[in-house]
Amino acid sequence: MTALAHVPTTSGQSAVPPPAPRRGRRRLLPYLLLLPGAAWLFLFFALPLLQLAAASLYDPSGSLSTGYSLTWAFGNYPDALQAYWPHFVRSFVYSAIALVIALLMGYPLAYGIAQKAGRWKNLLLVCVVAPMFTSFLVRTLAWKTILSDNGWLVGLLRDVHLLGADGRLLATPFAVVLGLTYNFLPFLVLPLYASLERLDPRLLEAASDLYASSWAAFRRVTLPLSMPGLIAGTLLFFIPATGDYINAELLGTPNEYMIGNVIDSAFLVRLDYPQGAALSFLLMAAILAVVFLYLRRAGTEEVL
Amino acid sequence: MRLSRWLADRWVMIVALLVLGYLSLPILVVAGLSFNRPSSRLSYDFHEFTLDNWRNPCATSDMCDAVVRSVQIGFIATAVSTVLGTLMAFALIRHRFRGRSGINVLIFLPMATPELVMGTSLLALFVAAGVPQGFWTIVIAHVMFCVSFVVVTVKARLAGMDSRLEEAAMDLYANEWQTFRRITLPLVLPGIVAAALLAFSLSFDDFIITNFNAGTTVTFPMYVWGAAQRGIPPQVNVIGTAMFAIALLLVGASSLRGRRARRAALAAPVAAVGAPKSAS
Amino acid sequence: MRQMGAKAQERDTPAGDLRLANLTKRFGIFTAVDDLSLTIPQGSFFALLGASGCGKTTTLRMIAGLEEPTSGQVLLGDRDIARLRPYKRPVNTVFQSYALFPHLDIHENVAFGLRRRGIRKVTEQVDRMLALVQLEGYGRRRPAQLSGGQQQRVALARALINHPQVLLLDEPLGALDLKLRRQMQIELKRIQTEVGITFVHVTHDQEEAMTMADTVAVMNAGRIEQLGAPADLYEYPATAFVANFLGQSNLLAGEAAGSAGTDVPVTAHGVRFSVPADRARTDRGPVYLGVRPEKLHLVDSVAQVPSGHQHVEGVVTDASYVGVSTQYLIRTGWGSEISAFVANTGAGRQLPVGAPVVAHWDARHAFLLPREAGADSDRTTPLLDEQPPVGALS
Repeated sequence: MTALAHVPTTSGQSAVPPPAPRRGRRRLLPYLLLLPGAAWLFLFFALPLLQLAAASLYDPSGSLSTGYSLTWAFGNYPDALQAYWPHFVRSFVYSAIALVIALLMGYPLAYGIAQKAGRWKNLLLVCVVAPMFTSFLVRTLAWKTILSDNGWLVGLLRDVHLLGADGRLLATPFAVVLGLTYNFLPFLVLPLYASLERLDPRLLEAASDLYASSWAAFRRVTLPLSMPGLIAGTLLFFIPATGDYINAELLGTPNEYMIGNVIDSAFLVRLDYPQGAALSFLLMAAILAVVFLYLRRAGTEEVL
Repeated sequence: MRLSRWLADRWVMIVALLVLGYLSLPILVVAGLSFNRPSSRLSYDFHEFTLDNWRNPCATSDMCDAVVRSVQIGFIATAVSTVLGTLMAFALIRHRFRGRSGINVLIFLPMATPELVMGTSLLALFVAAGVPQGFWTIVIAHVMFCVSFVVVTVKARLAGMDSRLEEAAMDLYANEWQTFRRITLPLVLPGIVAAALLAFSLSFDDFIITNFNAGTTVTFPMYVWGAAQRGIPPQVNVIGTAMFAIALLLVGASSLRGRRARRAALAAPVAAVGAPKSAS
Repeated sequence: MRQMGAKAQERDTPAGDLRLANLTKRFGIFTAVDDLSLTIPQGSFFALLGASGCGKTTTLRMIAGLEEPTSGQVLLGDRDIARLRPYKRPVNTVFQSYALFPHLDIHENVAFGLRRRGIRKVTEQVDRMLALVQLEGYGRRRPAQLSGGQQQRVALARALINHPQVLLLDEPLGALDLKLRRQMQIELKRIQTEVGITFVHVTHDQEEAMTMADTVAVMNAGRIEQLGAPADLYEYPATAFVANFLGQSNLLAGEAAGSAGTDVPVTAHGVRFSVPADRARTDRGPVYLGVRPEKLHLVDSVAQVPSGHQHVEGVVTDASYVGVSTQYLIRTGWGSEISAFVANTGAGRQLPVGAPVVAHWDARHAFLLPREAGADSDRTTPLLDEQPPVGALS
């Protein structure tokens, strides 16, 4: 019957009423499609954040074994800040320095691949993504070998007297910043590459035709047009770098510990949940504040 | 004069290659160390060449258990997040509905939130709800942070698809299901595959969120973390090198399958990492 | 079994004219198609002509089922298909950008509709169809490996193989270059004659519509301005819009005061003209007196104007030599400009700019259109239109 209706030369079915439009079902469909994923994100992303907010206001004298009570202890926040503000400052200083270095390295890399690499473009892009193919921790440990006191790099630097006879690279702020730069550089480069690849090289020719030096052409044409990628890349670098504690742990010493190390130990070693939760929230608030200020300065609201 | 001209033309590419060298150096070291017989458990320096590590990758059985567990978690998390994320991507691209911007925010936020915050908040929830932590809490956490990346990757592919192709199929007697099966799915599949690969690599490599929600379960990254305190067995580098080689082979295979596949494979991480832009 | 059923049904099916009845489509507050009614006889080649945004594509999509009408009916024979899903309609479409399935080869693209209807043996039909569009041997290629013209023919084959009752063509030649477009126009016309299916062709190209279609409907702002055979539309347009959309026209704003016998006298800019009553859409009130530029003849003095001809005096302000003709702009005594095309037969001489000239025309070549009160100035299509004038050679 239905097969018959599909044969186009049969049309004498004037008696058949048109099927009722399935509007009801159509309108429900997107919600059905969204439901499982949205429920998952609500239950395991949004709800936990609320729980974390509650935990940050628990009575600080409680413990995991005796149980916590929600006493709206807002004092947890100033207490946590007072105890650990140097770690906060260190987190932001380290990731800011790493960001600047990453920009100086990442922009030429993204530009080179997008505009100058020609047929090598895909291969070079694979090289950028390649580090992500293997474990983040294993790669970070490799830096331990590279920067080791007995390694060739330290030896070389000592020979040319850039480093004192007992100078070292490992277990210094330098190593931590270098690790942060290395680990999050691809997150900066890829969005930047995506926006630079769309840049029409004829625009630069037009700029130089209109008396722009190569610096002026960069400043007035390339940079503004790559802004969306630059902003996205900067955020994708800065947010995880500030919350990171692996580089500080593996490449630094307790003197280089960032706020992440403190939160990690509050939850997993000291089992001080109220303090850990308060620190987590402070971290998120601080990052959001920096991101918001940055977006205001950059004049782009399209990112959020 | 000539030299400065040459440099002026090429300095961007020279810097780019130096930076690529910086990015590749640790991988070379990992590969090198996989052939190392260390002088002591806590030494990170190259001592002596050996093939033993490759011959007996599971000499430390804890490590191989952890790898197997990571693979299991990766498969489950990938399957679930790919299905959930693909459904969401379809809803977002193909349908108009109320509450769209709220859903967009819910998808975007996990990508913009520090992992540390997501990890600790899930921990707080599981503890408050009295859920014992272990294998399944890790899976739950991994699905949570993979879903957003899947949505963004599949969305990019779907958005690039001409909706007239579906109209043409309907015009040619394909009903809704046949249109999906014959036209939409085959055309979106590269995006879904790329999203799944991305989800697997995110899950397999995750340490921070896992660390807060694993209980006593040990994944491969957690094993490496623990071993970093006690001394790293050189087999860790074997696993690291093998992972890299497998991923490289996958990329190579996809590029043999033709330009389009290669472009899709590369577009996935670019699209996913460029997410905040497209999520607006 | 299915075949038999189909045959049996075919016999008692009445003539499959396509009728649109009071068809309306609104998008929010915008009315794309406004109470449209027309009949397209079975087997005809029908063109819907209009500028972009006039509602012609929306009309087509409603016939195809890709858009649901706000109100009204789409009747095929006497069956209303307006609310059927697209895959339930005996109608196929050739899409503007072809919409070939990129992941399927040409053979599978063409076979797509047959397979969806459960037909297993398709090879023979597909090969025959590819031969019809002169693409034998291309079956194993992918759409991306074909040129624009070849893709266009695949899109046509993919639709025709289903023997639809109506074939819809949505600007099918828009993406092709001029030469290929001409070739495909002839080709499409040949195929339509061969298969005898009703073709509904949407285009903004007036020349394409006139070359190919038996009947042309000119659409404007969601309504049909005029419908008829191409020559009728061109020679005797019903509205100022049609007069200027289809080719070019000189429209002189004037007043008519009722017909006197077989003629309608018209006063325009203080000069008296007359138009045969059977060439007048109205005979009273504000009117446009229209003459096609190629119907104007240029002479040096009033004495040379043949009897029965009307004339206007003026000065040449611009002369464009375009090969087959020379297109002149002539400033009339009252200051507006009219255009005249003089066929390049080699007989006449080129007139220089500034030369005084008399333009005259056979009264039977003029036409009279109603004019909205308030539209007081003359209307002349700009000389340098992108389309070469149709009939400039005649």
